[in-house]
Amino acid sequence: MSERASVPKEEDETETETEQDPVTTGAQSVIRALENAGTDYVFGVQGGAIMPVYDALYDSDINHVTMAHEQGASHAADAYGVVTGDPGVCFATSGPGATNLVTGIADANMDSDPVIALTGQVPTEFVGNDAFQETDTVGITQPITKESYFAADSDTVGDNVSEAFALADAGRQGPTLVDLPKDVTQGETEVEPGAPETPETYEVPEEADDENVQEAAEALAEADRPVILSGGGVIKANASSALREFAKEYEIPVITTMPGIGSFPEDHELSLEWAGMHGTGYANMAITNTDCMLAIGTRFDDRLTGGVDSFAPDAEVIHVDIDPAEISKNVYADYPLIGDAREVLRQLFDAMPRAPDADEWRDQCQVWKDEYPMSYDTPDDEPLKPQYVVEQFSEMTPDDTIVCTGVGQHQMWASQFWEYTEPRTWVSSHGLGTMGYGVPAAIGAKLAAPDQEVVCFDGDGSFLMTVQGLSVAVREQLDITYVVLNNEAVGMVRQWQDGFYEGRRMASEYPWIPQFDKLAEAFGARGFTLESYENVEETIQEARDYDGPSVIDAHIDPGENVFPMVPSGGDNGLFALEEDHLDQL
Amino acid sequence: MPGPAPDERMRPKGRRNTQGIRVDPEAEVTHEPRQAVLSALVKHRPGVLSEVSALFSRRQFNIESLTVGPTADDDTARMTILIEEPEPGIDQAKKQLRKLVPVISVRELEGEAVRRELALVKVSGEKPDDVNAVADMYNGQAVDASTDSVTVEITGSKQKIDAAIEAFKQFDVQEIVRTGAAALDRGPKTLEKDV
Repeated sequence: MSERASVPKEEDETETETEQDPVTTGAQSVIRALENAGTDYVFGVQGGAIMPVYDALYDSDINHVTMAHEQGASHAADAYGVVTGDPGVCFATSGPGATNLVTGIADANMDSDPVIALTGQVPTEFVGNDAFQETDTVGITQPITKESYFAADSDTVGDNVSEAFALADAGRQGPTLVDLPKDVTQGETEVEPGAPETPETYEVPEEADDENVQEAAEALAEADRPVILSGGGVIKANASSALREFAKEYEIPVITTMPGIGSFPEDHELSLEWAGMHGTGYANMAITNTDCMLAIGTRFDDRLTGGVDSFAPDAEVIHVDIDPAEISKNVYADYPLIGDAREVLRQLFDAMPRAPDADEWRDQCQVWKDEYPMSYDTPDDEPLKPQYVVEQFSEMTPDDTIVCTGVGQHQMWASQFWEYTEPRTWVSSHGLGTMGYGVPAAIGAKLAAPDQEVVCFDGDGSFLMTVQGLSVAVREQLDITYVVLNNEAVGMVRQWQDGFYEGRRMASEYPWIPQFDKLAEAFGARGFTLESYENVEETIQEARDYDGPSVIDAHIDPGENVFPMVPSGGDNGLFALEEDHLDQL
Repeated sequence: MPGPAPDERMRPKGRRNTQGIRVDPEAEVTHEPRQAVLSALVKHRPGVLSEVSALFSRRQFNIESLTVGPTADDDTARMTILIEEPEPGIDQAKKQLRKLVPVISVRELEGEAVRRELALVKVSGEKPDDVNAVADMYNGQAVDASTDSVTVEITGSKQKIDAAIEAFKQFDVQEIVRTGAAALDRGPKTLEKDV
């Protein structure tokens, strides 16, 4: 169980929750602000400067999950935010505690995931003196947050937290941080924090301009080769249903970005799955040849676009985004529509004069699906293929199963060979590409959705980076199935070395890795080994049946690489289907 | 059966430039950099200058000068930022600035905006009359004098100050400090109200 208030509550005390004791310290005001904002879970690690806040948490109903490393706290909070849609909260102490959070904050920032980080800080009088465990946390995190606050006063610290919470969730979601000097949290105050409200200077657009919507709708209706590009913003705006209605009504093929996985069901005939460096061949063909792209909630990351010169070069672009700064940042928007994705989709739905006349185009997309299917070789005598493991697992589980991943080849296989149909079931590190994301993210995801099955695909290299998080999963008895697609290498690096560095495998092979099944057992989890096709289903079933964390160490073909592939900065339409193609590009 | 190899696939004719704008495939089109004067009202509080300057450095905007000072409102400071960027970069700089929480409003000032900068030039004090004469030519004035040095204040456009400094070089320039531009729109238009 999570560490709630450690002392059992008197029955009558829980019944009168609404009548809270007045706050007496800054730390209590911090916790009250979190309570007011509806916080259920906090992921954190104790320490000197954050102790007053933890002490105030002792009396709260908020669940605290002690993580094994602060990086895990920020990733768990991030995944919690992705799955619930509400900000995930993490705590760390000053100095090393705060700096360990940084990777997870940067990760959340790149993926627009709502996270609020509260960090201890040395007492105000020591700030700037290089005191024990001091770092300039606000300075370090300012470029990777929506805003970093330095709490200067016990009377206003609660408001700082309320505002940070509201800001993390408002408009384009993202991380915020409040740095809490120990004297400020220890200091006396009777000031209750205000309700979570964004700062007055922060404006969030809701609806797009009607005239612009009308023009965009007409352009889309005129198109011969229309596509919808659905990004992570569609999921964050809870606009997946609106997207589905729109695409089905006007029969427009849908491509997702990688963070947009789950926004449109991959088993629908209009789905071309996801585009980009390792996206499907058919998505990349369609994105290259479209003449009108309705792009929603995407920032046109270079892993999606390849070189912008060859990205959808014939297409008029309708770009829907809640962040005006994303418009024409990487790809010029002919029709910028600034607003909430769900609202704008509703506006567009009403504004469409008719469906585009695109029978031929849809037929062409189907031809590409037939020509470039996602497939792999599975001769029985070869070592186990990772794709098979992913595919089998996908078939055995319900649609709302949540898939978390680390970063590397396994992440690509998990995105390619699992069939996603629901939003908020794909939890991964996209923009920052953080190896080690998987283990703690699965913890955050499971606590966010205890009734849904959670599986984490990881690589041996990525798993080792945060493997200590297993201790947390065991302590909390979280029913998570970790699958390590083990090829004794940092496989993606090795793949690039083979493709672009003449096979000079410098520092990419890991022949010294531990036996992950035994490692799992040492942590108190269940461990399994998988080496051949024979017992894939049986092992997966056993791991799923185990009520608690389990780890399947799947020894996969070390020669297997990820395809299709668009080389970095390349042309999406010129994806390689196999190693030999890379030479032709 | 794998589909056509890369060079046999359906290909569009179009092309975009490095800014992601569709261009004539035959033509080379890029936006030339131009200078823009951005004026921003910001919350007057610690850290705001570092937040703004960090934004410009991490986004690699080519910044010419940045000045900041208080306004009539104690809670507000005003920044004047000169950047030299191609059009999309200027647009992006404005949008990124607006995203910062302490930023209240941002506008690009028009070409004819009043722009002034200040320079203090310390030169050798051997020929004070000559120094004064040059200062007069640029509407400057001596603000400090000793037996060894004269310090002259010049205000005006960047070009005027460049020219003045060039002229003062004949007196053995010992030290120079320049502020960068402060600017306001001409006429009744302000950051708060469009006219």
